[in-house]
Amino acid sequence: MTAAVNRIDRLFEDRSRKRFIPFITVGDPTLEATYQLAQAMVEAGADLIELGIPYSDPLADGPTIQRASQRALANNISIIDALQLVKRLRDSGMEASLVLFSYFNPVLQYGVERFFADLATYGADGVVIPDLPIEENGPVVEAAKKNGIHVISLVAPTSESRIQTIGEQATGFLYCVSSLGVTGARASLREDLSDFLSRVKASTKVPTAVGFGISTPEQVKAVAPHTDGVIVGSAIVLEIERHEEQLRDPAQSEEAVAKIKTFVQQLASALQ
Amino acid sequence: MKQATTTTRIVPDEKGRFGAFGGKFVPETLMNALTELEAAFEEATQDPAFCGELNHLLSEYAGRPTPLTYAERLTEELGGARIYLKREDLNHTGAHKLNNALGQGLLAKRMGKTSIIAETGAGQHGVASATVAAKLGLSCKVFMGEEDIRRQSLNVFRMKLLGAEVIPAVSGSRTLKDATNEAIRYWVSNVEETFYVIGSVVGPHPYPYIVREFQKIIGEETRAQILKMLGRLPDEVIACVGGGSNAIGMFYPFISDEAVALRGVEAAGQGVDTDKHAATLSLGRPGVIHGSLTYLLQDEHGQVQEAHSISAGLDYPGVGPEHAYLKDSGRVTYTSVTDAEALEAVQLLCRTEGIIPALESAHAIAEAIKRAPQMSKEEILVICLSGRGDKDVLTIQDALEQTAEGGEQ
Repeated sequence: MTAAVNRIDRLFEDRSRKRFIPFITVGDPTLEATYQLAQAMVEAGADLIELGIPYSDPLADGPTIQRASQRALANNISIIDALQLVKRLRDSGMEASLVLFSYFNPVLQYGVERFFADLATYGADGVVIPDLPIEENGPVVEAAKKNGIHVISLVAPTSESRIQTIGEQATGFLYCVSSLGVTGARASLREDLSDFLSRVKASTKVPTAVGFGISTPEQVKAVAPHTDGVIVGSAIVLEIERHEEQLRDPAQSEEAVAKIKTFVQQLASALQ
Repeated sequence: MKQATTTTRIVPDEKGRFGAFGGKFVPETLMNALTELEAAFEEATQDPAFCGELNHLLSEYAGRPTPLTYAERLTEELGGARIYLKREDLNHTGAHKLNNALGQGLLAKRMGKTSIIAETGAGQHGVASATVAAKLGLSCKVFMGEEDIRRQSLNVFRMKLLGAEVIPAVSGSRTLKDATNEAIRYWVSNVEETFYVIGSVVGPHPYPYIVREFQKIIGEETRAQILKMLGRLPDEVIACVGGGSNAIGMFYPFISDEAVALRGVEAAGQGVDTDKHAATLSLGRPGVIHGSLTYLLQDEHGQVQEAHSISAGLDYPGVGPEHAYLKDSGRVTYTSVTDAEALEAVQLLCRTEGIIPALESAHAIAEAIKRAPQMSKEEILVICLSGRGDKDVLTIQDALEQTAEGGEQ
């Protein structure tokens, strides 16, 4: 299976087209809802989906994704549920890139080798581990390579002299943190964002995607010229939260998914 | 502290590892701040001016050295080893926490930071940080779990009186773990101007190392004091372990004295056979919490479990990575005592020595109550009395009344 080209590499072959990357938490508010939402988001223009594995202590996340994590943990969602969801999406014919987002401890307890072997088996393309800086990711990167999976590195405005090293080691794409702090919608983006993004671009061969705090079509539009992809998480999770009751109710979930799809469509279409 | 000369430390290594434990498992946004902190600490501790200022504050402001008290009546009561108490309860603000807060506060100022943040469980580190902020002219925010704010209302008021802002952590179990999460989140957002004063030997490298270096004065003083008093080293040293800073501070100067047995005491809460305990080293497995690989109370999927103890300073599901290393190397023995045993110990120390210990420190006393009778009268047992119990009197009163009611039924 390692012979096949990773879907993330294929996705970014044509850099003239900007890519839209939504984030949702697996099992928020139910596993079935996540399945439906993932399908809808691809129809709405998503090129790659980040699937968050809930964690009890999500240090890099703001209140919105913390609450999503808690809703998912109430459903006892773990890595295996996320893997099975990936498989179900692949079985349905989904070809979009799928990247799992997990804090390091659940991966460590699952077993690093087993985790990456299973990512490949179940059909995922990459993983983001927000609390695993390059100093600590050696064994993880090795296991990922063996299985043809990309470990997506993060780079922050405070990375400064680290940008070069991170950029050189990056695979798949480079996740550029657009604002200091935790995930969550913000009214405005940093003024020095374009400087930071051009330094990152100069450091790396892989495409870049920008996330953290991007929540409106206007912000997507503003960031787009400086990057190959835009990541939106909390804003979509907030929409899911607003429709939680309907998403839980089989009679109303279709309508709720359609509304969230429209929201995602507005964000995705702002890119082109 | 003694001015650092060439680096002779064995642990942590340059990656911040204590054997397999420790490291820096934090978001990328913080990595540069940790590198800067490490460089600033190394530079400061080699500067006679920095060490001089810290030593001056430790003696003229904190009241160090703290006494080593022979606990004569406790010794008689237990009928075994001669017991000595290292009186960190007599340190300014009532616990060992100030040693570290002063060190980190001075470092913050030296690095040009104008505001400090801190997490606190029982409130002792919060009070120490608020105190240092006032003394050094820094602004201070203290993150504290909502449940702990309820349990430790006196310390909350003390922090406010000292000019600090107390920010409730409302996620999870609303205790120390969650306060630490919130402090780290705030730090990630404000890393350029804020210094995070971590209160224990936990967190990402270089914190476990820095806190040990600022707390090892406990053991250095104890070692010198007992040698001066008795002309020999103790046979055994006992300290309580939550995150483990008083224990590391006490143990570290004795590590190469192989004849000195070292015992760390965790909180067994309602018992290690229940799910309400904080016995991380006894019952946890290696995992990552707050940026460090260490023993951790967690479920099969790696979700962090809530810890429980009558002592707000001990109910932490992780533990300092150096303790994980010392456990695996066998140099330190780790045990645990229950809430009930700690309460018994509080009463015994009050009655025999006229000292009200903090509930945290009472765990060390409780272990000594078990150990001393098994030792000969020639042997010497030192207990780190890490803090005074004034902050706990309401909790102790409630618990004793409940025990009394339970007994009548």
